Amino acid sequence: MFSRMILKTLIKQKSKMLMIAFTIILGVSLSTAMLNVMLGVGDKVNRELKIYGANINVKHKDAAIISELYGLGVNDKFLYEDDILKLKTIFWGFNILDFAPILEGRVILSIPGTNNTGSEVFINGTWITKHAVLSTGEDLNTGLKNLRTWWDIQGEWLDGNDENDKNFVMAGKSLAEKFNIHVGDAIRLSKNGVIKNFVIKGIFNDGGNADEIILTDLTVAQELLNLSGKISSIEISALTTPDNDLARKAAQNPSSLSPDEYETWYCTAYVSAICHQIQEVIRDGVARAVRQVAESEGTILNKTTLLMILITILSSIGSALAISNLITASVIERSQELGLLKALGAFNYQIIFLVLSEIILTGLFGGVIGYFLGIGFAQIIGQTIFSAYIEISHIVILITGAILFLVIITGSIPAIRYLMALKPTEVLHGK
Amino acid sequence: MPILELKNVSKIYGSLKALNDINLSVNAGDWLSIMGPSGSGKTTMINIIGCMDTPSTGNVILDGVDISKESQSNLTRIRRDKIGLIFQQFHLINYLTAVENVMLAQYYHSMPDEQEALEALEKVGLKERAYHLPSQLSGGEQQRVCIARALINSPQILLGDEPTGNLDEENEKVVVDIFRRLHSEGVTIIIVTHDPEVGDVAQRKIILEHGRVIQDIDQRATFGEALKLKGA
Repeated sequence: MFSRMILKTLIKQKSKMLMIAFTIILGVSLSTAMLNVMLGVGDKVNRELKIYGANINVKHKDAAIISELYGLGVNDKFLYEDDILKLKTIFWGFNILDFAPILEGRVILSIPGTNNTGSEVFINGTWITKHAVLSTGEDLNTGLKNLRTWWDIQGEWLDGNDENDKNFVMAGKSLAEKFNIHVGDAIRLSKNGVIKNFVIKGIFNDGGNADEIILTDLTVAQELLNLSGKISSIEISALTTPDNDLARKAAQNPSSLSPDEYETWYCTAYVSAICHQIQEVIRDGVARAVRQVAESEGTILNKTTLLMILITILSSIGSALAISNLITASVIERSQELGLLKALGAFNYQIIFLVLSEIILTGLFGGVIGYFLGIGFAQIIGQTIFSAYIEISHIVILITGAILFLVIITGSIPAIRYLMALKPTEVLHGK
Repeated sequence: MPILELKNVSKIYGSLKALNDINLSVNAGDWLSIMGPSGSGKTTMINIIGCMDTPSTGNVILDGVDISKESQSNLTRIRRDKIGLIFQQFHLINYLTAVENVMLAQYYHSMPDEQEALEALEKVGLKERAYHLPSQLSGGEQQRVCIARALINSPQILLGDEPTGNLDEENEKVVVDIFRRLHSEGVTIIIVTHDPEVGDVAQRKIILEHGRVIQDIDQRATFGEALKLKGA
C-alpha cells in the first residue's frame, strides 16, 4: 500500500517532483564538480604555480651556512653532479617536476675587436634542457628552461642536448647592455689559463640578479672553472601540500615527531618532508624551501580550496531553500489529502515518513543524474582551466550523498512543521 | 451501557461558546441524528466525538474511557480503532482506485487486505466499480466508497458529517438504506445533517442551537418510516 501510494503520488505530482529533481540535479552537480575539482585540484593548481619557478633549493651544507650568514653567491663547497638524478628515486620523486643543477663561478669576459679585454663576470653553468633515462626506464626531460618560463628571450634558448650548442652561451640583459653585447656576437671567457670562445645565442631578461650573468651549459662551466662533476646548487620545482602544524613542527626538528607523526609527515608531500628526503640522497646537501614560492603556492591553493568549499556550501543552501519552497508548496497543495490520512488514523511520523520517502526517492533520482553531470562539469573545468583530467574521487559520492540528505532534510523542515500542525478538522471542513 | 457520554461539555473559542454545557448519552446500536442551523455547534460536536478535537471543559466518555484529556497521538489511536468517519465531500484520494481508498484505512489501522476491502465495497454495492478512480464514479458511488472505508476496520461508531449533503435524492436514499442495514447489524450511527428527512430516519434526533441541545426527540415510534415511504 505504501509503495502504491508513493508511486502514484510521484506520478500524480510529476511536474512538481521534476522541479525538485531538477533543483537537486543542479545542486548535486555543482557540489560534485566542486568537490572533485577541490580534491583533485591540488596538483593542478600546483602545476599552474610552477611558472613561479623552483620552490626548493639544494646547496652544500657548508655553503648554505655561508650563504645564509654572508649572502655570498659563490663559494668553494660543491655538490656532486652524479647525485642529481637520484632526486627522482625518493618517496616523493613523482612530485618532483623539474630540476636543474647550477654551477656558479667567476670568469674573465673579453670581447674580441673591442676595448674590453677583460672584465670579471659571474657565470652559471646548468642543464638548459636535459634528457635522461632513469634506472626505472622512465624518460626524463627537465632543465632550467622549464624553471624559467617567465624569461623574456631575445634570440634563442641554448639546447642542452645539442653538442654544437656548447659553443654558444646566453647573456643576462643587464650584462649585455653593460658590455654592449648582442645576439650573434662573439665573446671570450677565461679562467686560470683556460680560454674558450663563444657566440651569444640568446639574451634573457629575468627581471632580477640573474640578468648580470652569463649562462652556459653545465659541462662548459665545469671545464672553464676546472670543476668537473661539481655543482653549486640544485633548483627543484616540486608539487607540495600546504604546510600545517605537523609540517611546521617537523621542519624545525623531524626527530621531535612521534613514530606515527613521522610516518604521516614522511608520507605527505609537505615541502619539509620532500626536503628531508632530498637530503637523504644528495650527499652533503641541505635542501631549503624557497619560502616565498612555497608559501604563495600554499596560500593560493588554500584559497582556491576555500572558494570551492564556499561554492559547494552556497549551492547546497540554495538547493535547500528551493527544495524547501517546492516541498512546502506541494504539502500545502496536498493538505486535504494529508489531513484525511490523519483523520483515518495516521500518526504524524507516518505522514512525515510518507512525504520524506517521496522527496528522498526524487532526491535519489536527481542525485544520481546530478552526480554524473557533476563529473562531466569537473572534467570541463579540468580541461578548460588546468588542461588536465580531474581524477574522480570516490569519497565525493559519500560527501555528496551526505550533503544531499542534509539538504533534503533541511529543506523539508518547514513542510514537516506544517504537517505536524495540520489539523484534520480544518482541512476536511475546507477551512 | 452507553458507548458515548458527553458530560457538561463546552468548547470555547475566545469569547464564543461553540458548545455550551452539553450532556448527551448514546447507547451501543443507537442511531442518532444531530441537527441544527449553521453555527449551532454540530461540526464542533462531531469533531469532539470523532476524537479530532478536545472539549474546553467537561468529559467525553467513549467506550468507558474518558478521552477529553487525551494527547493528540492517543486520540489518533482511539479514532483509528473506534470511529468510522463519513464526510460530506467524500474526501477520497483521487489517484487511488476505490478499493485502494478503502485499503488506505486498513493500512493505517493494521494490514491492508484487498479481498476484505473488496467485500466492504460489495456491502455497499460497488464491487464491480472497485478498480475505478474517484473521478470515474458518481457522487453517490463516491459516498458509498467513503462508507466502505469507514466500515472496513469495524468501528464502534459510524460518524457522518452531512453524509448526504452532496447527493441527489436517489443517491440519498441509497445511502440511507445502507445506514439502515448497518444499524440492523448493530452498528452505532451518529449523523450530523441539515436534511430533516435524513434526520427523521434516525431513532433519536437532537436539535442544537447556539451550542446547546434545545430538543432531544425520541423517534423510535416512527423509526425507519420517513425515506422509506418517500422512496416507495
